[in-house]
Formats: sequence, structure tokens, C-alpha cells
Amino acid sequence: MRPIPYDEMYAADGSVRPHYRVFASWLAETPAEHVARKRAEADTLFHRVGITFAVHGEEAGTERLIPFDIVPRIIPAAEWSRLAAGLKQRVRALNAFINDIYHDQEILRAGRIPGEQVLCNPQYRPEMQGIDVPGSIYAHIAGVDVVRAGEGEFYVLEDNLRVPSGVSYMLEDRRMMMRLFPELFARQSIAPVEHYPDLLLENLRSVAPPGVNDPTVVLLTPGAYNSAYFEHAFLAQQMGIELVEGQDLFVDGQFVYMRTTRGPQRVDVIYRRIDDDFLDPLVFRPDSMLGIPGLLTSYRAGRVTIANAIGTGVADDKSIYPYVPEMIRFYLGEEPLLANVPTYVLRRKEDFEYALSHLHELVVKEVHGAGGYGMLIGPNATQAELAAFRERIRRFPERYIAQPTLALSACPTFVESGIAPRHIDLRPFVLSGRDVTLVPGGLTRVALREGSLVVNSSQGGGTKDTWVLEQ
Amino acid sequence: MLSRTADHLYWMARYIERAENLARMLEVNYRMSLLPQAPEIIEQGWAATLAIIGLLDAFKERYSVVTPANALAFLALDRDNPASIYSCMRAARENARAVRGTLTSEIWETLNSTWLELRAAGAVSEAEMGNFFEWVKHRAHLARGVIQGTMLQDEAWHFIWLGTYLERGDSTARILDVKYHLLLPSGEKAGSATDYYQWSALLHSVSAFEIYRRVYRDLITPRRVAELFVLRDDMPRSLRRCMSEVYLHLRAVSNAQSAETERRAGELQAALHFGRIENIFAMGLHEFLVQFLGRTRDLGERISRDFLVSAAD
Repeated sequence: MRPIPYDEMYAADGSVRPHYRVFASWLAETPAEHVARKRAEADTLFHRVGITFAVHGEEAGTERLIPFDIVPRIIPAAEWSRLAAGLKQRVRALNAFINDIYHDQEILRAGRIPGEQVLCNPQYRPEMQGIDVPGSIYAHIAGVDVVRAGEGEFYVLEDNLRVPSGVSYMLEDRRMMMRLFPELFARQSIAPVEHYPDLLLENLRSVAPPGVNDPTVVLLTPGAYNSAYFEHAFLAQQMGIELVEGQDLFVDGQFVYMRTTRGPQRVDVIYRRIDDDFLDPLVFRPDSMLGIPGLLTSYRAGRVTIANAIGTGVADDKSIYPYVPEMIRFYLGEEPLLANVPTYVLRRKEDFEYALSHLHELVVKEVHGAGGYGMLIGPNATQAELAAFRERIRRFPERYIAQPTLALSACPTFVESGIAPRHIDLRPFVLSGRDVTLVPGGLTRVALREGSLVVNSSQGGGTKDTWVLEQ
Repeated sequence: MLSRTADHLYWMARYIERAENLARMLEVNYRMSLLPQAPEIIEQGWAATLAIIGLLDAFKERYSVVTPANALAFLALDRDNPASIYSCMRAARENARAVRGTLTSEIWETLNSTWLELRAAGAVSEAEMGNFFEWVKHRAHLARGVIQGTMLQDEAWHFIWLGTYLERGDSTARILDVKYHLLLPSGEKAGSATDYYQWSALLHSVSAFEIYRRVYRDLITPRRVAELFVLRDDMPRSLRRCMSEVYLHLRAVSNAQSAETERRAGELQAALHFGRIENIFAMGLHEFLVQFLGRTRDLGERISRDFLVSAAD
């Protein structure tokens, strides 16, 4: 196994990093049985509250807990402010890019991104061409995955601009930590995250169709058997808005209504947690039972706002990802504050050849994949797996990208043998409306298997509370 | 509020209430079957219970003979019987899960932990059945207490109580009908020790034994038992009380199309309000109860149509 290059808690000489000192001394002085009891309590509480997710491929309705680890991931104030500035910059540029792509396509005409890369992408939605959306905001909520490779060295792994999830775990992990270990919060100043639902609601209201003074916002879910249903219900409740399914909404005379016990009620903003393909069976997948027939007509007429907008996938596709630094320069005239991971786009001949000969060093991902499915981690793969992937890449090079295997940072984590370092990533949630905002922190995911780099909950990853220290 | 949300809340409440009433019904049967009597009588008692809740045919598909053990297994914890206590609790929790955003977290956690405990419980031996029924009642009391104690008294709240009382009225009528039938094959004569225990078991099943003593301070007679079950306004499980509550909560959620439903609920409530037990007995208690069940079924259908599956497209 590769050595762990950067431990969030311990410096190379074994000393505790300054921002972890308070926690480390608390851990040292707290009896192990007390900690063990609290960990068991956390499990019981998560079960009772029903913070669960459904797993693909398992029997419908199967619910599982995402393992929660009590060692927080701590980020010092100065580091966070750099990270936050970089994230805001990135999301601004991405929104500008989507707006441009669905209007004048200047970036294509300027030759900064090859046109066919964008326009032939299945995530490009011609239905959106020429449509104006309130504030020219498309990705109202972005869940940007960030990893650390070294001191001050952050990389953006993915920009999730469609229906990013996980924010409920950020909130519940914090609630759990405060409930279990209030003394830790008294000893140092940890930036709060609990106001996220307020910010989100404010953000959604700010993008209502023009002329609507007191907009009705709803959260559209695929239903109780969706893997993220807990989060949908949680956010709707926290914001005090209706949690609706497709069958609860209908379109009449270009307006969207929900069916209520007192008759139809107008809906102005839909925070949807359903993929584009399922939104409107008249335009997208005709077999969708989750959508609302006629929704796109209402949307195109500007009668309803959909957040995130339709067609944002064109900007978070893995084949577009390598061009984000270029977008930042093109739209904002700034240099990117956050780095991209160097990416080999296998449809390019020279990248393809490099990847094929260095497969054992690379991470290969499907361009349209998500959730950690269908990826190859070269250094961990067997000869047979490498051979199988080589074959797939040869047949469909355009479906894959490759990246060097990043030495993800690790954070001490409770495992069976005690506390040991495990690889982590970070998903902060960036909100765009009248302003671009984010709460300090995000969801830290941890790969619980030793040496594993896959943090996805569907693949056995866990979560940690994320603390941004206030100076 | 969303029609679908109201629908889930209404059914959540009905299933909680149904689970509790089923536990009550089984408990009274179980108690009665412990009294010294011929096995045919015991069997008859269980068959009548299965019939009154409409499950005799489903039961016979699974079991060849009616025994207390079979009937208890089928009605209490059978996961494949959609009407068992187990299935009712599951349905209550699934309905709650679908609208958990509308419930307070305490309500949701109560229903969820009830379900988790039940799922983990496994088989319950006959000897433990009494404790199991107690547990079911406690969990239902807890659920209603949490609803009463934590929830905003808005439309959602009214739909929950509407479901609760409609279900309760229906159940009380069934409990009374099945027992009254069995207990009184020959007119109004009662008085033996067995009769006494049978009647007191019936009163216990709706938690009304002490109530009876307080209200009548006298011997237990079938007529008074029936009066208590049907016409007493201060008895929380009586038909009259349940229908008063149904009418009240229905009025609170009234909409443009619900006038006729409200009228029918009011009419039923008034009939119970001004009814006299002599007239009911003259008509025949069984006939009266059958008619009552028909009217509550009609109300249930009308409530669904008026509020829960909105037609307006």
C-alpha cells in the first residue's frame, strides 16, 4: 500500500497539528469506555431517527445506515477562507458557462472548448437553448468534491451540478456531535452550519419567476424508495415547504399547481431531486412515472423556476471538467484559485496512448458514471481487472477519462483495531442565487476500508463531522 | 396541504388505531378462551372474531382448523397477513415515512422505534401474548400522546384525528357485535359466573370496566353495556364519542366539495346523540351495528373522494 502522504491530524514528525490540539488532548483525557459508549449511542440515535439510505441492487425498501465516525475533520480558518474563495469562483464560472452554452456560445466561438465536446454531449439539452432563467443562475446548488493531497494543496475532483446530495448528513453529523460531545464545542470556536436550510430557502425564493412576490417553493422527490429520500424529507421539513411527488403536481394553462385538500395551489419554484430525464414525460423519457407532464412548457414560458435548472449536466460531465480552469479565465478574467486534477481525456489520441501504457498508475472513470460505480483504481487493481479495463477503453475510448492516483489525505478514524488513518474527501455545498454563499464546512466522507480511496456511501464509505475553526 | 400528505396521515392514524383495536379484540378473546368452557365454544369465538374483521376466508386458506394458537399467530405477528397487527404497524410506519416532513421528529421517532422493536421481536409465545397486547396498546397510546403533545394543530392534525376516530368507532362496533352475538344467543338473560366474566372481559377490552362501575354502580347487564358502548358521550371509545369527534374534525377541514359528507357525518352523530337504547334493542342491536358499519364505510369513502385523492386537473 502507498504511504499516507498527508495526515490531517498528525504532522510528519508525529506531532499533533495546531488545529487538532484541542481535540487530541480531549481524546487523550477521555476514558476509552466513555468514547465507546458514545459511539454506540450514536448508532442507536441514527437508527431511531431513521437517517438511512437505500442501496442500489438491494431489495426495494432496504434501508442502511451510513457509518458515522466521531473523529471530526478539522479545517483551520485561513485554509477554509482560501478554499471558500476558490469554490465560489469556480461555481460562478460554471454558471456563466451554462448560461453561455444555452445562449450565444461565445466560449465555443472563441475556440476555448471544442464545440462538439459540448453540443454532442448527451447532457446538453437543446430544449434549453435561448431560454432565460431568473438571474441567469442554473446551478443553484453545487456539491463540489474536493480532496487534499498535501499542505494547502487542494484539488477539485468533481463539480456536482445536477442533484447533489449529502447535505443532510452534514447537518445531522453536526447535530450528533453536539449531542454526544457538547464539551468539545465549548472548548473551541467551531463555525456553525445549522443555518443551511435557511440559506437554501432564501436562495430558492430569490430565483422565483419575475413578478412573484411571495413564492411557493416545493421540493420534488422521486418518492420514499429513492436512496436519498431521507434527505428530501429532512430538507423539506427544515425549510417548512411541501415535499411533493410528480403525482402531486400538474400543469394547467402554463402554470404549475399542486393538489391540495383545498383544491389546486400555484407553485413557483421547484427544488427538484429528480434527474432531467424524468422531469417531463412529454419531452424526456415518456415512461417516467415520476415527472409532471407539461412541466417544460411552463418552464419555458417562465412561469416556474426549476432548481437546479434543466441541462446543468453539460457542465459537470467528466469530459467537460478539464476545461473548467479555462472557463474561469474566459468568463471571470481570473486565475483559478483551486486546482483541477490533471485529466487525460481518452478520446484524445495522445492521452489515450499514455493512459493505456500507464493504466496501473491511473484512476479511470466513466465520463457519465457516478457514485463510484464503473471506475478502475490502477494501483489497487488485479492483472485481470487491468486487462478487462484495457479492453473496454480500446472499444470505447470516448467513454473514459483517466487521472493520476491522487495521494488523498487521511484522517484518524475509529476502526475495529482502534484508531487508524483513513482516506477522506470533502463536499462543500455552494448556493447561487442573488449571491454565491456557502456554509463553512461540508460533508466529509471517509473510505473505511484500509487503503481504499472510494468514499461513496454506496461503496461502504462513512461520514465525519467537518469543523471549520473560527479564528 | 397536499392531498397525498393528508391521505398518508389519515391512514397512518387509522393503522395505529387498527393495530391497537386488533390487540384489544384478541386480548378479550384470549381472556375468554381461558375460562372453563367447551372447546367448540372457544373455537366459535375465534371464528366469529375472524368473520367480523372479514378475515375468515383468508384464514381458512392458511389453516385447516381454528385454534386459539392459529388465530393468534395469524392475527398478531403474521407478516404475510396484510391485516395482522404486525402489518398494521408496518403500514402506519410506512405512511409516516412517506410524510415524515409533516410530522414532528418525536412522532416519527416514536413510530419508527415501535416498528424497529416489533421487527426485532420475532415470535411471541402464547404465554407472552398478554404482554404483547399490552405493548401494542402502550405504543399506540404513546403515538397519540406524542401527536397530541407535539404537533401544530393544523389541517394535518385534523386529518390524523379524523382517521383515528373513524377507525375507532368502526372497531368498537365490531368488538361489541361479535361478543354480543356470542354472549346473548337467547335474549337478555345473563347472570351466571361465566357470563359475568365474559361481560367484564368485553368491558376490559375497551378499557371500560372501571368506567362501567363508576357510571352505573350496579350489576353488569347487557343493556347497560350496550348503552355504554353506543350512546355514552363521555366514554372515549363509544360510537357516539367517536362520531362527535369525526364530525368536529371534518368540519375543521371542510372544503368546497365536502358539504354532503359533513351532512351525513352530522346526521349519524345526531342519531347517536338523541338515540335511546330501548329503540336500538327494539330494532335489534346486531342490525343496528351492521347499519352503523355501513354508514362509517360510506363516510370513509366520501372522505377519500373529497379530500385525499384530489380530482381537480
